[in-house]
Amino acid sequence: MALPSRAGRIRPHGGGFELFVWYLIRLSGLALFVLALAHFSILHFLYDPAEQDTKFITEMRWSSIFWRVTDWLLLMMVLLHSFLGVRVVVRDYVKGGARIVLLMGLYVLAFVIFALGTVVVMTLPRPPMS
Amino acid sequence: MLLRYRGSEGMVAWAFHRISGVAIWLFVVVHVIDIYLVGGNPEAYDEILKVYASLPGRIGEVLLGAALFYHALNGMRIIAMDFWPALTVYHRQLWYLNWLIFLGLGLPGAFIIMKPAFGL
Repeated sequence: MALPSRAGRIRPHGGGFELFVWYLIRLSGLALFVLALAHFSILHFLYDPAEQDTKFITEMRWSSIFWRVTDWLLLMMVLLHSFLGVRVVVRDYVKGGARIVLLMGLYVLAFVIFALGTVVVMTLPRPPMS
Repeated sequence: MLLRYRGSEGMVAWAFHRISGVAIWLFVVVHVIDIYLVGGNPEAYDEILKVYASLPGRIGEVLLGAALFYHALNGMRIIAMDFWPALTVYHRQLWYLNWLIFLGLGLPGAFIIMKPAFGL
């Protein structure tokens, strides 16, 4: 039997919340391998940033519900994965009161970014039907 | 950590994963705020998009893409070894395979991003 991998965070023993987070990071990572790489490829290889502006987003990118839902899923996965990842980094390097303050700030920031992203992807008016 | 420990491939793979992850997290926070401006302040958003299309902006996009692609490939390597521990024997070979894919797809990608800056 090979030893458990130490390439990432070692799988927490005994279940509970930390094991749940360990799985969540890996599942969202799998989703992001598709969603984030597709997002980057579409908006940097298929379309050039020079042809992108507000009009591009309202009339092209977010004119269909499909892309809005896809981008919202990407937002959910990236928020889970990145904020849980930074949480691990904070817990590795910071102890005591500073850790509590930093983690509280991190969770507040996660909520603010969740709210801003969700509001804009759900409420940006669609172009009039032609 | 990087300065104190004379690490081998596994150590460097881990350090790159952590550094690229924090960098992508920072970008995501900024990126969600700039996309919010499409609804909140479209004029400001159009100004920001001009930065993306500029030469320094394009260099930044290549760096972002590199961080994203490295993190994605190394993440797959981590997941593979977490769920099939027998693969840990080949962790070094898997890392070199990552670099092969990274360069093979990443260099053409970097060229596509950079070429408009040189009028190609």
